[in-house]
Amino acid sequence: MSATAPVLDVRDLRVWYGSARGAVRAVDGVSLQIRAGEVLGLVGESGCGKSTLGRGVMGLLPDGSAVDGQVLFQDTDLLKVSDRQLRRMRGPDIALIFQEPMTRLNPLMRIEDHFSETITAHEPKLSKAEVRRRSLEALGGMGIPPTRFRNYPHEFSGGMRQRIMIALALVLRPRLVIADEPTTALDVLVEAQILSILADLKRNFDTALLLITHNLGIVAEACDRVAVMYAGRIAEEGDARTVFSQPAHPYTRELLRSVISLNTTGLHYIPGAPPSLIDPPAACKFHPRCPDAMRVCALLAPVEQRLSAGQRVECWLHGPGDRIPEGGREPLEQEQIAVAEEA
Amino acid sequence: MADAGVLLEVEDLQVHFPLRGSFGARLVGKDVGAVQAVDGVSFSVARGEVLGIVGESGSGKTTLGRALLRLVDPTGGSIRLEGEDVLGLREREVRAMRRKVQMVFQDPHASLNPAMTIETAVGHPLRIHGITRDRADIRSRVSAVLERVGLSPPDQYLGKYPSDLSGGQKQRAVLARAVILSPSLLVADEPVSMLDMSVRAKILELMLGLKNDLDLTYVYITHDLATAKFFCDRVAIMYLGRIVEIGATDEIFANPRHPYTQSLLRAIPDPDPSRSIPRDLPRGEVPDAAEPPLGCRFHPRCPKAFAPCGWEARDLHDMLEQRWAVGGQELFEAERLQLGDLVGLDQPGSRATVPSATGTGADVATLLDHIREDDSRERIWYGIESITPRPGGAVIEFHRGHDPVLRPEGGAEVACHLYNPELADPPEQAPPA
Repeated sequence: MSATAPVLDVRDLRVWYGSARGAVRAVDGVSLQIRAGEVLGLVGESGCGKSTLGRGVMGLLPDGSAVDGQVLFQDTDLLKVSDRQLRRMRGPDIALIFQEPMTRLNPLMRIEDHFSETITAHEPKLSKAEVRRRSLEALGGMGIPPTRFRNYPHEFSGGMRQRIMIALALVLRPRLVIADEPTTALDVLVEAQILSILADLKRNFDTALLLITHNLGIVAEACDRVAVMYAGRIAEEGDARTVFSQPAHPYTRELLRSVISLNTTGLHYIPGAPPSLIDPPAACKFHPRCPDAMRVCALLAPVEQRLSAGQRVECWLHGPGDRIPEGGREPLEQEQIAVAEEA
Repeated sequence: MADAGVLLEVEDLQVHFPLRGSFGARLVGKDVGAVQAVDGVSFSVARGEVLGIVGESGSGKTTLGRALLRLVDPTGGSIRLEGEDVLGLREREVRAMRRKVQMVFQDPHASLNPAMTIETAVGHPLRIHGITRDRADIRSRVSAVLERVGLSPPDQYLGKYPSDLSGGQKQRAVLARAVILSPSLLVADEPVSMLDMSVRAKILELMLGLKNDLDLTYVYITHDLATAKFFCDRVAIMYLGRIVEIGATDEIFANPRHPYTQSLLRAIPDPDPSRSIPRDLPRGEVPDAAEPPLGCRFHPRCPKAFAPCGWEARDLHDMLEQRWAVGGQELFEAERLQLGDLVGLDQPGSRATVPSATGTGADVATLLDHIREDDSRERIWYGIESITPRPGGAVIEFHRGHDPVLRPEGGAEVACHLYNPELADPPEQAPPA
């Protein structure tokens, strides 16, 4: 394997859920790559398939779901390996950090026991002293004092519990970490602390990180690249600075405009709501809400285009021109979206 | 009424929740203390104004909002609404008062009864307050207010249940219910924080429209400085039950004075890629409100704290633990073995004994001197007056701490000793050598 080969290579991943009203196509043909030491941010509104994508990669989908495509982790297809082998890989190879630190630690186990269970499950031959040394090192890196090693989870605050979760995820030095909204339940000062910890991670251990969030500010802060997801597909992907300063997809642009930040002087929003993933709009799924929609957008699904700035984008505004039928560039006559049609 | 323009006046408001304590403690009537959720808060709101109450979780902002409606009973202070003493009202009168003050809660999914149609829920206040019982009248009033909040055509929403609506639509229904009685004050507790980002702007826009149409006054409670900056005329920054800074929004955001406000503003992740979060942010988290830090409650996390801020034994314990967390196992074991039981440091107090494991206080004093040399910029050293070796351990004397009070400072009011000329002069007392 060459040094530049991606740690994670997702190819045309599809995930469906069964529901009473039909199949939910939560992830509908997603390809992305993450290299060692790289942070990829995955953003989008609620219900666009972000978390399902993260769980699909980890093999943590609920019963009644179907998966297709390839999830290559260092040339192993995670969709093909046995449950047992996948379980063995979770921890030393891939780790997941969840959103709610309050509910993920066992309230009846001391912090020490959480660590020794995690470490000995994968390296049963380690001595007690070595297990302790590694645990304290991981905790120290997160700023948890060694005097608290034998405490129970309820004796810690929310931010400390999230840092313990991160320490637990990292104690086995995984190559790939998937963090699903790791700071959403935390206050802004604690959020900033966690973000700087994640930044140190890639610097010190060369970890590849997939950061799933709805907060565009966090992406700008912590990510090298960003993938913008809409209705189960990647609308645009590229260098985080480039995408944020010159968004190529109208969805990215409108999403950025609707963020309320300290520089906000006027309110802006995207009309309507993300579509149902059971019965999404035909062709480009964003066309009913898109201010730039053209006739072709309601007729044909857009084709992935590579831009000179390094982004890849699925939008007819960027061509290819030879596939747009005659008159396809005329503005689309859209139906009026009611004020309260919203998420 | 002192000032015709003032709608709400809060003075020295205090909400303490007593802790239960053990059976034994209750038996002998021992005082086990109280959670000081709101501890001496004063402000006023003018008619037509939007006041933002901004703070992290545990700052007491939600308790403060609930106290304004008497949803919790304050343990001290006063609240005057249009000149009327709210805290002196009897139960029956409280209900009448709530015609004038309504509340919007954070979670729209939990604010509506799942078994009530939107028509029943939004029209409920009309029945509760005995305004009308006439069905046709209720329907026409509910339809009008639904139309106003954007749930139009109303006929489409009247018969629906909350589960049929999206989060944003539910919050619109909640707003409709809150304004149907034409209140004068609306207390909105994080009204948009549970909504998707693309919906937040729409609901804030709706709230601004309602304010102009219906002459509303808002108390907007939030942890989100960005929406507060956009939405509020004035903001009060709360930390651990107290207001640390209050003033016009433009002034606070352009010239934040309290170190806490400064840290909050610098910590917000911004989608502008040219900006990044600084690394010297306050560490740790909001402490326990049952035993708040002495002096200024922010001092243990403050990057600018100095001698009079209220240094105490617990700060010393925190500093040692932090040092051991980052210093590695060897440092921890070497230093921890020299010290005795540190439990004594967990009580608030401006004098502390650090016990020695060997029984010689001089060893502890030497160790502390060594730690100070390692990192003399650590703020706690500004607060330590003396370290004296005694048999059994070293006695630490801290500088006398003072409670900061809100003082006018360049267009805002701020509670910080840095702006108190009597204490801040000389402003930077160097750590004793």
